[in-house]
Amino acid sequence: MHQHRQEDDVDRKSRSESPTFSRRELLKRAGLAGAVTTVVPLGTFMPSAMKNAAHPQSAQAGAVRREPLETLTAAEADTLEAIVGRLIPTDANGPGAVEARAAHYIDRALGGALASSRDVYRNGLASVDGYARKSKGASFAALSAADQDAVLRDVETNVATGFVPDAATFFNLVRAHTIQGTFCDPYYGGNANFVGWDLIGYPGLRLAVTPNDQRLGARPMPTHRSAYDHAMFSKRRPARAQRVEGKDPWQLI
Amino acid sequence: MAINLTKTDVVIVGLGAAGGVAALPLAQAGLRVIGLEAGTWLSPEDFAPDELRNNFRGWPQAVQKANREIPTHRPNAGAQYSPRLAIHPMMNAVGGTTLHYWAQSWRLNPWDFKVVSETTRRYGRSRIPAGSTVEDWPLGLDELEPYYDRVEYELGTSGKAGNLNGKIDPRGNIFEGPRRREYPMAPLRGTGFTEMMGDAARKLGWHPFPGPAAINSRTYENRAACAFHGYCARGGCHISAKGSTAVTTIPKAQKTGRFDVVTQATTTTIEADANGRASGVNYVKNGVEYFQPADVVLLATYVYENVRLLLLSKSKPYPNGLSNNHRQVGRHYFSHNTGAAVTALFPRDLNNWYGLPAQGVAVDDWADDNFDHAGLDFVGGGNLWVYSDRRPIAAANMPTFGRAPEWGAAWKAFVKQNADRWNTAYLQKTTLPYEDNYLDLDPTVTDPLGFPVCRITADFKDNERKVAAFIQDKMVEWFMAAGAVATEKAPIGTMGPTTHAYGGTRMGDNPETNVVNRWGFSHEAPNLGILGASVMGTSGAHNPTLTAQALAWRTADYLVKNWKTIAT
Repeated sequence: MHQHRQEDDVDRKSRSESPTFSRRELLKRAGLAGAVTTVVPLGTFMPSAMKNAAHPQSAQAGAVRREPLETLTAAEADTLEAIVGRLIPTDANGPGAVEARAAHYIDRALGGALASSRDVYRNGLASVDGYARKSKGASFAALSAADQDAVLRDVETNVATGFVPDAATFFNLVRAHTIQGTFCDPYYGGNANFVGWDLIGYPGLRLAVTPNDQRLGARPMPTHRSAYDHAMFSKRRPARAQRVEGKDPWQLI
Repeated sequence: MAINLTKTDVVIVGLGAAGGVAALPLAQAGLRVIGLEAGTWLSPEDFAPDELRNNFRGWPQAVQKANREIPTHRPNAGAQYSPRLAIHPMMNAVGGTTLHYWAQSWRLNPWDFKVVSETTRRYGRSRIPAGSTVEDWPLGLDELEPYYDRVEYELGTSGKAGNLNGKIDPRGNIFEGPRRREYPMAPLRGTGFTEMMGDAARKLGWHPFPGPAAINSRTYENRAACAFHGYCARGGCHISAKGSTAVTTIPKAQKTGRFDVVTQATTTTIEADANGRASGVNYVKNGVEYFQPADVVLLATYVYENVRLLLLSKSKPYPNGLSNNHRQVGRHYFSHNTGAAVTALFPRDLNNWYGLPAQGVAVDDWADDNFDHAGLDFVGGGNLWVYSDRRPIAAANMPTFGRAPEWGAAWKAFVKQNADRWNTAYLQKTTLPYEDNYLDLDPTVTDPLGFPVCRITADFKDNERKVAAFIQDKMVEWFMAAGAVATEKAPIGTMGPTTHAYGGTRMGDNPETNVVNRWGFSHEAPNLGILGASVMGTSGAHNPTLTAQALAWRTADYLVKNWKTIAT
């Protein structure tokens, strides 16, 4: 019920001056709903994290074709890719966040729905790297899996220093977004090849569900379809990444 | 200067659950009705089964007027403000939040209308918690029953009667008040999980039954039967099987030719004339200001916005806000005590991947005054409700019951095994109004037009906390009887913005303690009607929507029958 609080868009709106209510002022004030500018730096997902000796299975996944980066710098993407690979690792239980392309999901979302978190990621990823160098002597992406886990535990438990406001807040944000990127509709760039849904046994979208599909012990076949593969919904696809300027109905008042 | 529009008989502010219902009897009676709605029409194509968009990014609320005026909250007048919600729990659109609500369509139980007198009779006056401003309703269930019935049939409701004209049927809710006829449709079908839970409840000697839903269990008035794909909570129904007012009463009212819907109309104030009568509504649409005069104004937004609009509508006759000369607007606020959930872990897959929150099984044995409170130290109780509904991101966000870390290989192994082995029951519990729980205007936080947002000052009191602890124990007992191996109790939390808000313009005979009379019209401005849960004085232990809709129909019906007196 409170899942929206995990969202990074928690918007503690500034408490402005007490207003007056002249209706002549109304339309001027409507202009307060300001536009958002998005900066899209260039770069690509670097395969270096995939080549890390600590991630032999990830290295195989490194063969996956990488789209150009949409928001993060190459260095940030390296660090983030390594983090998500430890949060939901690739192991005997199957593909993890790397194969799901969770970092790609986050990179794309930071240019759109999660744009208000862009600075948090810029600072947080730099802080993770800084703490890794300070405590382990190398950048986070270059550390062994065991050292990466040790660093992440320090970040999770607020032992790690150099974070604003604190390490655990950044950890929880990345964890929430890594889960989104691993288990969301693939339309958003994560859950690639439905590896997230297969991991937890979600049989996928079914627009018509039979009584048998809801029986105890039933195991419906995975459908492996995005919502937007259905013709009914494909025409109203939401913006995946970029904010759509001037489309906010509020601005029409 | 605002553009002056042609006068209409009735203007309704807000076309959601309540306003969308009231339009129909008014238009059918021959009145000329204009409905102002801040949102737009949405279509079935908008309701994609997209968990990220619907449940995490707050679509469609995130692009609505409501999201620019999320109420602030503080537990009491001396406390720090709570963090502001990122997403308003309600949405603006034709049909309002009925587009994506859970559509549990409950009647209140008889006790809910007579909390003071029944508690006093059975346990003594001292059992009413200190500081509570609760009153008996000015009407009983019997007076509201015809309107419950009418709305159930207009919207299309699935369920099983437990009390047909006094004859008890254990297949339904044996604690409900008498109803005149069966539900229009049989209940939504059970699932393997809900049947397992029903069996466990019977083993405990309780009385489980399928809960009522404003969702079609068969084709109803040319709308399809539910296909159980899930995703309709916050996501809407792409086949219109959910009885939203957008696909039922509103289009039906439009067909009369006497009901005009104005979308993207943001109402700013209600005007009053020198005699203290409501004269019309100011609104903004596409950058243009309009004044819509009307003989009768029906205010039908949501609890927070009903109160806010009244307080913002200051005039000579109403210097403290419209209908607020008795200083009752914003008082007697409470929100449904829906925190304090219970989550259980089972040793087997539950196959809850499909279904919807209204496809569930209920137990009312511990609701209201359905059990003896003589040895207890609180009044009221809770409805127990479990259902089949699971989406993948939420599944992966499951609690780990102290059995795994929060990330890494061990977490992954835990989630892989248990993602379909847990269930959460949200327990709806009695909440009472108190002297120091109220709504007013925030002194500093404004919407983009510069108008103050609503401020909530409220917290749960001892009685609510005792009810929560009691009902959580019952829920744990039920889960364990069904074979759960672990349970977790969520904290009750505080009383922030919610989809189950009540009061602020309470209904009652005494104008010193109530804003509207027993028919839903203002004690002060006789041609101003107020619709929605803001008129309700108690919550009961069940979802509020159907009661708000039945009251709205009743107010509209009263207006039709007394048109000359009220409109002139």
